[in-house]
Amino acid sequence: MTAAIEARGLVKRYGEITAVDHVDLTVRSGDVYGYLGPNGAGKTTSLRMLLGLIRPDEGSARLFGHDPLVEGARALDGVAGFVEAPRFYPYMSARKNLEFVAALDGGDAAERIDEALDTVDLTKRQHDKVRGYSHGMKQRLGIAGALLRDPKLLLLDEPTTGLDPAGMRDMRALVHRLAEDGLTVLLSSHLMSEVEDLCDRVAIVTRGRVVYEGALDELIATTAGRYDLRTTNDAEAAMIARRAHGIAGVTVSNAGIAFEGDEVAVAHLTLELAQAGIGLRALVPRTATLEELFFRMTEGTPEQNGSQPLVPA
Amino acid sequence: MSAVAVSTRTVYAWEVRKLAAQKRTYIGLGCALLVPLIFIASLLADDGGPEGIPFGDYVRESGLAIPLVGLFFGAFWFFPLVTALVAGDIVATEDGNGTLKTILTRSVDRWQIFLAKVLAALTYAFGALALFVLVGLGLGGVFWGFDPLVSLSGTEISMERSLLLLGGATLAYALPTFAVASIAVLLSTVTRNSAAAVVSTLMLSLIMQLLGIVSALEAIQPYLLPRQFNAWQGLLRDPIDWAPILRAAWVSALYAVPALLWAFIHFLRRDVAGG
Ligand SMILES: Nc1ncnc2c1ncn2[C@@H]1O[C@H](COP(=O)(O)OP(=O)(O)OP(=O)(O)O)[C@@H](O)[C@H]1O
Ligand SMILES: [Mg+2]
Repeated sequence: MTAAIEARGLVKRYGEITAVDHVDLTVRSGDVYGYLGPNGAGKTTSLRMLLGLIRPDEGSARLFGHDPLVEGARALDGVAGFVEAPRFYPYMSARKNLEFVAALDGGDAAERIDEALDTVDLTKRQHDKVRGYSHGMKQRLGIAGALLRDPKLLLLDEPTTGLDPAGMRDMRALVHRLAEDGLTVLLSSHLMSEVEDLCDRVAIVTRGRVVYEGALDELIATTAGRYDLRTTNDAEAAMIARRAHGIAGVTVSNAGIAFEGDEVAVAHLTLELAQAGIGLRALVPRTATLEELFFRMTEGTPEQNGSQPLVPA
Repeated sequence: MSAVAVSTRTVYAWEVRKLAAQKRTYIGLGCALLVPLIFIASLLADDGGPEGIPFGDYVRESGLAIPLVGLFFGAFWFFPLVTALVAGDIVATEDGNGTLKTILTRSVDRWQIFLAKVLAALTYAFGALALFVLVGLGLGGVFWGFDPLVSLSGTEISMERSLLLLGGATLAYALPTFAVASIAVLLSTVTRNSAAAVVSTLMLSLIMQLLGIVSALEAIQPYLLPRQFNAWQGLLRDPIDWAPILRAAWVSALYAVPALLWAFIHFLRRDVAGG
């Protein structure tokens, strides 16, 4: 089966800056793929190349086996999405804007307008000029515009940027729902939590280079697990933990005990604590580990990021 | 979604609809409406009139002379401006709104968008011209009747033939107008800035007019674009002098075709970044 997205050796330079530096990406059908990187990492530039909006200096990209630079609009069959904030004509209403893009889609796209407006909760405001739309409304209209294409692959560039917490939650719920319906999604983000929440595979990119590509849980598994522990008797529990096999870095504070260990060692520790008559109040893997990993990958020296990835891709 | 071909006609219809939703379009059309009104009002206000120009002496004798005098005056900067106002905006406005990425990620190819835009700009330019002529003719006729015209050769032309020739004159006038529109589309495409494109189209047109009165440049003057705006006068001679019309056709094409070709290639190859 052809990959939904297959990019090989994509390079884009702007003068001295190499915005995208030999990026390889493989997104399989059904993936919810996170494209994660800090500001200026080259996420938007990569997405523009995937959509055929800009020409790569080297390399090529294929969507379901079709290269948009060679095949033009036909390569975007079944593909929808936007880069940066979605843009519409301010002097037309939301509905008129959707009617226009639906006309450019052809087929039965126009018949999906009502449904799309409903999905993003803009039915009531559909006749207002886009000029008066808030950022969040425009973002939702962008999604509606993408849905008109009845896509199999959705490319979203930081879709929650600039949204309030409720807007973020709704947007993520929507992406969740679309993914459950079988859509392949490529979502760029600089938010760890978002990617952890939504994605099953990730590429971490920094300074135009991919420093990790693979399954999200494998990425998490490769990090030395760090846990927070609270018990009915922290002092004794800490002593047991220090003696336990495979457990290291034990510290005790008012907040409880913290330590590192792999999952097998942690399981053993809980049994030992139970035998000692110590009850577990909380045993929490530190979710920040992926965040830490992200920072280690994206803020290291270029040499580290480039030739010696911290986690092999 | 299966492969669906969207016809360029659909894209064109929407480009026209987009023009119809913008103030700029109405400013241009409004001016094309207003200028003949003001001219007629000024003729009604006193008994002076345009002197020393084709048909200037006949404005009170036949309403048919009104649009012809209008065409003569419109060539200096009015039609270049009215045309550039929309044609210079039609691509740049997409850059301004950041909407190129919106339309270029649908099921139409870049060449279709470009072609539709050029056709829409030409439609508008011709619409403004036709409006200008029809308002002048209609109101001129109301106030001064549709009496036969006196041709530039001094012979009388019947009303029917005059109307026909007026239609022909409008078409001849459209040739350099389309050339101006093409230049404006080029500037709109490469500058990506609407105001810059409109202003530089007008500047270019004024510079060519200046060159047209420098006697040292006599050799190139027949090939300057503003000169072609007077070609219609050939139709109103007896017998008709086709030479200036033919020249207007190929000289206008000489400006329009390379401009559109350049713009087309630029639009096809350009990076759509920003927005
Ligand atoms: N059109 C352009 N001209 C010049 N430089 C550009 C252009 N587009 C991108 N760049 C540069 O390329 C690099 C990558 O930019 P890009 O917008 O792809 O980053 P990003 O990962 O999307 O960042 P953000 O999270 O801020 O959106 C940046 O250094 C940027 O300045
Ligand atoms: Mg970006």
